[in-house]
Amino acid sequence: MSLVLEMAAKALKMNIPLSVQLDLTYRCNERCVHCYLDHDDHGEMTTAEIKNLLDQMADAGVFYLTISGGEILMRRDFFEILEHARSRTFCIKLKTNGVLIREKEAARLRELGVESVQISIYSHRPEVHDAITKMPGSLRQSIDAVRFLRQQGLYVTMANVLMTQNASDYKEVRLLAQELDAKFIMDPTVTPMMDGDRSILELNVDSSALKEVFRNQELVGNVEEFCAPPAAVDQDDLDSLPCSAGHTACYVSPYGDVYPCVQFPLPSGNVRETKFVDIWRDSPQLKEVRTITLRDMPSCSKCSHGATCTRCPGLAYLEGNMRGPSTQDCEKSFARTGIPSENLKGKLAAPRPVDSAQLIQIKGLQPMVPNIPPRVAKGTALGV
Amino acid sequence: MNTSRYIARSNAIAARALGDETMVMSSTNSTLFTLNEVATTIWEAADGVTPLDEIIKNKICAKFEIEPEAALKDAHALVEGLASHGLLLVSDMPIAKAGNACKASA
Repeated sequence: MSLVLEMAAKALKMNIPLSVQLDLTYRCNERCVHCYLDHDDHGEMTTAEIKNLLDQMADAGVFYLTISGGEILMRRDFFEILEHARSRTFCIKLKTNGVLIREKEAARLRELGVESVQISIYSHRPEVHDAITKMPGSLRQSIDAVRFLRQQGLYVTMANVLMTQNASDYKEVRLLAQELDAKFIMDPTVTPMMDGDRSILELNVDSSALKEVFRNQELVGNVEEFCAPPAAVDQDDLDSLPCSAGHTACYVSPYGDVYPCVQFPLPSGNVRETKFVDIWRDSPQLKEVRTITLRDMPSCSKCSHGATCTRCPGLAYLEGNMRGPSTQDCEKSFARTGIPSENLKGKLAAPRPVDSAQLIQIKGLQPMVPNIPPRVAKGTALGV
Repeated sequence: MNTSRYIARSNAIAARALGDETMVMSSTNSTLFTLNEVATTIWEAADGVTPLDEIIKNKICAKFEIEPEAALKDAHALVEGLASHGLLLVSDMPIAKAGNACKASA
């Protein structure tokens, strides 16, 4: 077992929140088409509140701190917060679009001992990247930031979210990362908005694009092994925990709301009302999350992918049931192995859901309840 | 062996206590180390102004069943190891500014 896993196992046993993602703001200077956040400020924590929270988190045992947003540098007190966090010896990873990182900021980040910086790069082509961020010139600025940070010797990860707009560009982005001496990671999943709105899921790539990604040796390593049929689920698998969310990790929003994970928006308390450590230890929601093993999941426990699935409990929660399947992960398992999950088999067998208005429509006839548009222009047939 | 050495935690680290151990990561190369209980005691006492031999005498020998000579020998090896990874500053003089890297809390 690696030292990192050993420490994680110890933290799990001791109920210590080893890693936290703290979003400083949801405000952003980009307007990415796939973003899951509402960018208005609904009352962010003040500098003093955040410093106090950082003290509480250090005392609770948090070691890995991911500072994210929104765009973190939209906060004028960003470096003050970062300085305080480093004085409490967190291991800090930043997630940013890099647009506001120039030589001076990169040097300051180096000086403060940030562990790594992750920058989103959607394409090597400005017309594609900038169309996704809806900010002209953003690719050039983000790439400049990667260069400035690398010049300071900081570890940089270029994160590429795969979606319909950039589906063919990840190979070039990976080459760009190599050229800039940065790490490359790719996420093939666009997730629902935090308020549950699922409309942005339309941006997800189709199964053929996913299959191509999962068969790219440069991305997955041993393709045969990665795409192999799943091994049988055993008793140990049934007792296994889904992921670290709520177990050794959690998320805190700019408003002080605590969730098991940024992708698992189950409200579990607010640090403006309750101490961080008390939420971590006593929140009924986090306690419930901690009780869930594969055995407790009606569909997934019977699924052949049970032991190897990347099932995200947060996506399952956003789908309506934190003990249920995450269909997006079922689709990934299917694209990877060609074997449908129990959930997908059920969906294929079930009648296709249609809304009641569609049910009573017969082609060529008026619906029984006419769907009259709210505004009708004069002169049209319905306007008479 | 020169025992009048002073040790201070580097600023370029991340650290946190985890039970009776301490996780320490070098922020220059992201290498993770864990310190056992005895090493953690020395780490926490590394304030830059207390001589190493005094740390051994007051913090280690008072708390653990070990002969001072053996403890000091082991401590020197630990200090050398941590210093070689940039986690600890070592000097024959008190280290005036131990930096803002506070001891690992939890």
